[in-house]
Amino acid sequence: MVLKAFFPTCCASADSGLLIGRWVPEQSSAVVLAVVHFPFIPIQVKELLAQVQQASQVGVAVLGTWCHRRQEPEESLGHFLEGLGAIFSHEPWLQLCRERDSKFWSCKATYQQVPTSPGAHSEDQVMLIFYDQRKVLLSQLHPPAALPDHQAGDATASACGLAAVFDTVSRSKALFRSDQFDEGLVRLSHWQSEGVEASILVELAKQASGPVCLLLACLLSFISAASTCRVFKLWPLSFIWSKLSTCEQLRHRLEQLTLIFSTQKAENPSQLMRKANMLVSVLLDVALGLALLSWLHRKDRIGQLADALVPVADRVAEELQHLLQWLMGAPAGLKMNRALDQVLGRFFLYHIHLWISYIHLMSPFIERILWHVGLSACLGLTVALSILSDIIALLTFHIYCFYVYGARLYCLKICGLSSLWRLFRGKKWNVLRQRVDSCSYDLDQLFIGTLLFTVLVFLLPTTALYYLVFTLLRLLVVTVQGLIHLLVDLINSLPLYALGLRLCRPYRLAAGVKFRVLEHEAGRPLRLLMQINPLPYNRVVHTYRLPSCGCHPKHSWGSLCRKLFFGELIYPWRQRGDKQD
Amino acid sequence: MEDELSFSDIYGGRLALQRRYYSPSCREFCLSCPRLSLRSLTSVTCTVWLAAYGLFTLCENSMILSAAIFITLLGLLGYLHFVKIDQETLLIIDSLGIQLTSSYASGKESTTFIEMGKVKDVIINEAIYMKVIYYLCILLNDPADPHGISQVVPVFQDCLTAVTLPWRASLWCSSCLLLDGDHGICTD
Repeated sequence: MVLKAFFPTCCASADSGLLIGRWVPEQSSAVVLAVVHFPFIPIQVKELLAQVQQASQVGVAVLGTWCHRRQEPEESLGHFLEGLGAIFSHEPWLQLCRERDSKFWSCKATYQQVPTSPGAHSEDQVMLIFYDQRKVLLSQLHPPAALPDHQAGDATASACGLAAVFDTVSRSKALFRSDQFDEGLVRLSHWQSEGVEASILVELAKQASGPVCLLLACLLSFISAASTCRVFKLWPLSFIWSKLSTCEQLRHRLEQLTLIFSTQKAENPSQLMRKANMLVSVLLDVALGLALLSWLHRKDRIGQLADALVPVADRVAEELQHLLQWLMGAPAGLKMNRALDQVLGRFFLYHIHLWISYIHLMSPFIERILWHVGLSACLGLTVALSILSDIIALLTFHIYCFYVYGARLYCLKICGLSSLWRLFRGKKWNVLRQRVDSCSYDLDQLFIGTLLFTVLVFLLPTTALYYLVFTLLRLLVVTVQGLIHLLVDLINSLPLYALGLRLCRPYRLAAGVKFRVLEHEAGRPLRLLMQINPLPYNRVVHTYRLPSCGCHPKHSWGSLCRKLFFGELIYPWRQRGDKQD
Repeated sequence: MEDELSFSDIYGGRLALQRRYYSPSCREFCLSCPRLSLRSLTSVTCTVWLAAYGLFTLCENSMILSAAIFITLLGLLGYLHFVKIDQETLLIIDSLGIQLTSSYASGKESTTFIEMGKVKDVIINEAIYMKVIYYLCILLNDPADPHGISQVVPVFQDCLTAVTLPWRASLWCSSCLLLDGDHGICTD
């Protein structure tokens, strides 16, 4: 195999010295981490390597020599560098050399031991691969390389493919801690040798985050304890809480905040990313909510909204009344059964009258209620949208009631029709065997059964029409609520921090690497530049999306149509914790 | 060392293949697709604008014309950035891996690097579309199943709409690529 030497671009202009790094024999590749400059004492270099090896579990060793000839070629330096191979023995021993004003490097790899196979050369051809040490250190490969026999606590570096390079560099942080201004015994050159990178804001935030997290964690645990107290478990309240989507959203946010401000540190990078995504999502939510709040309170928009609400409810009720009058007449030219039509129509009209009376009773208090509800927007835009969805559900409660009445009536009719149809054909449903069996009926059973069957068949169009109309209205309301929930889900689950990172620091999220062949001269080793290939946006969203409330409809289109045909009630979404039907 | 061959696809467009030999362990094959023709661009633009003008004479709303201009511009930008591929490159580096790069007409480059450890084999596949088309594929290992294949990656899939026999002979015979058991590449 061709020998690959991974060389950091920051060391390309460093003075001559020793190369320190890790040798991966399976890949026949040498990952150079730093350059040790003259003067040095070999014992101290070996001590430093032992310290780094212990701290990072990476097999760091002296790989060879680096010669940067700035002035006229120095013969003595050349011999001195060759002599170093005797002090720090490594198999193979690399010798990298760069001439002044030359882009082309020379590399030699010598093996001390004589190779067993005859005809093999003692000098192997070497391929130089340059990499940006800072970017490789900070980046994270997706998918994370699965170590073949990784157990909890086993922390040796991986050896498969290019993940080995990334792993080696990211584990060797102990080597990069000293810079050129330190009074250390050994002088190193690496990406931080110009000065260790740090940010005052980040350090301050780290110091402040401890007590702030503790305080907020106590507050949040107090709130969660209060919300699980016994008062809220009583029957009417617990039923209402489970139906309102606002409570669901508040619970979800509370869980997220508890996770963000927990005093436990994140164990791995994916947990850290999840925490960061949640925090950014919550902050954006609150910012949008505050913007909405300021817009609502400007120019007394809440008053305008409250003034408009009662006329809108009146208008909806009026339209419904017109619809019922139309159904009670001859809708679309169909002839309804007069008596049933009148009964159903009057029944629903009376309901609407009751509903309008309640709305008019509430009208003095609406502005006050809306004002307080508007304040809740400071908890987040998602909370405000959930409240809007709940208000729509409450205002269209009469449509929901009509739908339930129509569906139940229709369902009863369909059940009756199917069993009487079986009687008409001389069959019956065997509950024990769960199948249709033949049965001999008496004459009077057949007579009554057929009579009832005819009655139901002729009443079917009326009931079916009412059912159809109210189901369509209900589906319209459900669609509007569904769109609002979709928007809430989007805000909840979009990983904004990961997307921002991909936009501003694309090397942090790496899908892989890419190589570029640098200028090449015959007889010289091949030089490649390794760059980070960032993760595409759709994979970022897919990998880092946050879990949402989970209130998605569980029916397929086929089962939905089936339920509609047979008059079974459809519940568009099940809240978490509801029992399955 | 560089040389260039040119072929034509079934629509008469000109395909150019450039082969670069950097070193015994590194080779590059670069296939350039036919460029965007002025004739097709003009015809599409004229169709869209004539349709918009027809709608404008019906509706007397000048927003339609502005909308048509926006649609044409955005459509052209989208086509150049996401659809139209200028050239595709295959870079083979001994014992490192194989890199596939597609450069779009707007300058965007999308690169995939497949490590040598993941490559199981390189094969020529036949597809029948009006006539027999040959295309090069890379088979990837399945980590769960040592004899299985997890993915088939076709090479040059956007440039080649039809491959003629001289192209196949040129690629396969003049620079024979073989994978040996140690996952190195030797060329002859």
